[in-house]
Amino acid sequence: MKRKLLAASSVACLMLSGAAFAADMTVGFSQIGSESGWRAAETTVTQQQAKERGIDLKFADAQQKQENQIKAVRGFIAQGVDAILIAPVVATGWDDVLAEAKEAEIPVVLLDRQIDAPEDLYLTAVTSDQVYEGKVAGEWLVKDIGDKACKVVELQGTTGSSPAINRKKGFEEAIAGHANISIARSQTGDFTRTKGKEVMESFIKAENGGKDICAVYAHNDDMAVGAIQAIKEAGLKPGTDIKVVSIDAVPDIFLAMAEGEANATVELTPNMAGPAFDVLEKFKADGTVPPKWIQTESKLFTQADDPKGVYESKKDLGY
Amino acid sequence: MKKFRQLRPQLLALAVVLVMVGLISPGFFSVTVQNGRLYGSLIDVGVRVAPVALLAIGMTLVIATKGIDLSVGAVMAITGAVAATLVADGHSVPVVLAVSLALGLLCGIWNGVLVAFLDIQPIIATLILMVAGRGIAQLITGGVILTFNDPAFSFIGSGAVLGIPMPILIWLAMGLAVGLLVRRSALGLLIEAVGINRRASMLVGVRARFLILATYAISGLCAAMAGMIVTADIHGADANNAGLWLELDAILAVVIGGTSLAGGRFSITASLIGALIIQALNTGILMSGWPPEFNLIVKAVVIVTILTLQSPAVADELTMLRDFLRRKGAQK
Repeated sequence: MKRKLLAASSVACLMLSGAAFAADMTVGFSQIGSESGWRAAETTVTQQQAKERGIDLKFADAQQKQENQIKAVRGFIAQGVDAILIAPVVATGWDDVLAEAKEAEIPVVLLDRQIDAPEDLYLTAVTSDQVYEGKVAGEWLVKDIGDKACKVVELQGTTGSSPAINRKKGFEEAIAGHANISIARSQTGDFTRTKGKEVMESFIKAENGGKDICAVYAHNDDMAVGAIQAIKEAGLKPGTDIKVVSIDAVPDIFLAMAEGEANATVELTPNMAGPAFDVLEKFKADGTVPPKWIQTESKLFTQADDPKGVYESKKDLGY
Repeated sequence: MKKFRQLRPQLLALAVVLVMVGLISPGFFSVTVQNGRLYGSLIDVGVRVAPVALLAIGMTLVIATKGIDLSVGAVMAITGAVAATLVADGHSVPVVLAVSLALGLLCGIWNGVLVAFLDIQPIIATLILMVAGRGIAQLITGGVILTFNDPAFSFIGSGAVLGIPMPILIWLAMGLAVGLLVRRSALGLLIEAVGINRRASMLVGVRARFLILATYAISGLCAAMAGMIVTADIHGADANNAGLWLELDAILAVVIGGTSLAGGRFSITASLIGALIIQALNTGILMSGWPPEFNLIVKAVVIVTILTLQSPAVADELTMLRDFLRRKGAQK
């Protein structure tokens, strides 16, 4: 009985102190810069999340340069912020500045990307699991196709980039053991619409005018949008003649889904800051140390998930 | 006939590349009519080469004056972004075309003024716009891929007249127009004179500054056309990626075409064949089904081979070898 009471009171304390901390917490956020639409959406969502929680967010745009990020982090330390979020532009070279933050007892949370530094220098990293993203896409196709024979063509991301390697791996894991599904062709579309369209055009010509292709798997939505145009111009129906599954969940793919031209996408959520703020609030309240890696949800969207509505909710995030 | 002989190395290289691609992927040469337009891999080569072909036209003239234009890729991004913004705002196609072309011309004139009148070295002068241009384009689009849905403008990228896709018609027409302009007048000769020796040509009364400015202006105009084609093609302006690194492909096309980076003699036809060689390779690699890790290696090996065979040193050796064999044959 006594123990229960204690637990209840400590929970109440935690909630109280959590709320108190959130109200006057100042967080510095060093963003990479504006390299893509997703990045812009991440910035927007981070600002929204901070506003909802009453967190004072100090934002620094690094314009794709690590030296700017290091400067920004040093600035945050000098200002005595309560926590620092970093979306690291590269993986190496963080040890010194993170040690300075540690000395000043300011917890650091990494967003979206991991780094090569001793784990004790940062609180945690919030990222998606790219292999899992590929797996979710592959599992959708396995379920959707059933027992039919299916030749898949794959539009890879930039050759050698980690999302390209991991999303390919995850998809292959998902279709392994399903002999009816095979990857007939795989080429890089450099994550862009133009290249996605050009590569899809050549796939269609190489595979009997596209009649032999049952689905296209693109490592991002932009290439899928390009592929959809190539399929249409070849006189086929994207979404029915050739299924389209991709990753990222940018607004434009939902327009295509609403038209029935795309079938499924796996979300790379721009809300990396939400989970980061959650753990920071807990850490500040009672020192709860989170695990070193927090995986974000990789949600699957299909035509059944009200694509029009999702588009409306996403279109103003700055994608 | 003399012209044809000059183009022989480039035509030979194109033929060899096409035959190689044809061997790797049968069906490469089959052209059919689908939905009232020509359809096939060979047509794809003609369509996909359009941006580089257009850039190569302007680049040939610039290089002939001993200059270089690194900004064309960024100019493509700027004009694409402006065109997409205007189309999305509901402006009519003639307005969009006029504004975008004028903007390309303006970018070219900016480069031309820096090079011809302020005497800044071309590689640095055009680097300024190359670096700043993509930022300008991002400012215009607000950092997003600006999409639009306007069949009239998209026609430039994916439409067809008499079954021939628009991009093919555009680069052919532009090549013909600029080619006639410089070769049916003395302009071409004057450009070559400026490229070989600017000071000497100025002393004999050639208005070198104006000519150099004009070549950069034409280069900007070509980049504007290329920018509109890629924008119309994907129904959107991608400021981050439109025209990215295409300036290098254009320079490569000019070099494969045999125009020297040291200025002087040039051939627009040869540069266009150079662009076709590059694109035939690209399409061939895509059709081959090889893993993407090989793309750049294959491209590099083929291009090094072509350039080696074209190099004066190797050509001399080959001539000497031929003469030697002939003499030996005569002795017998």
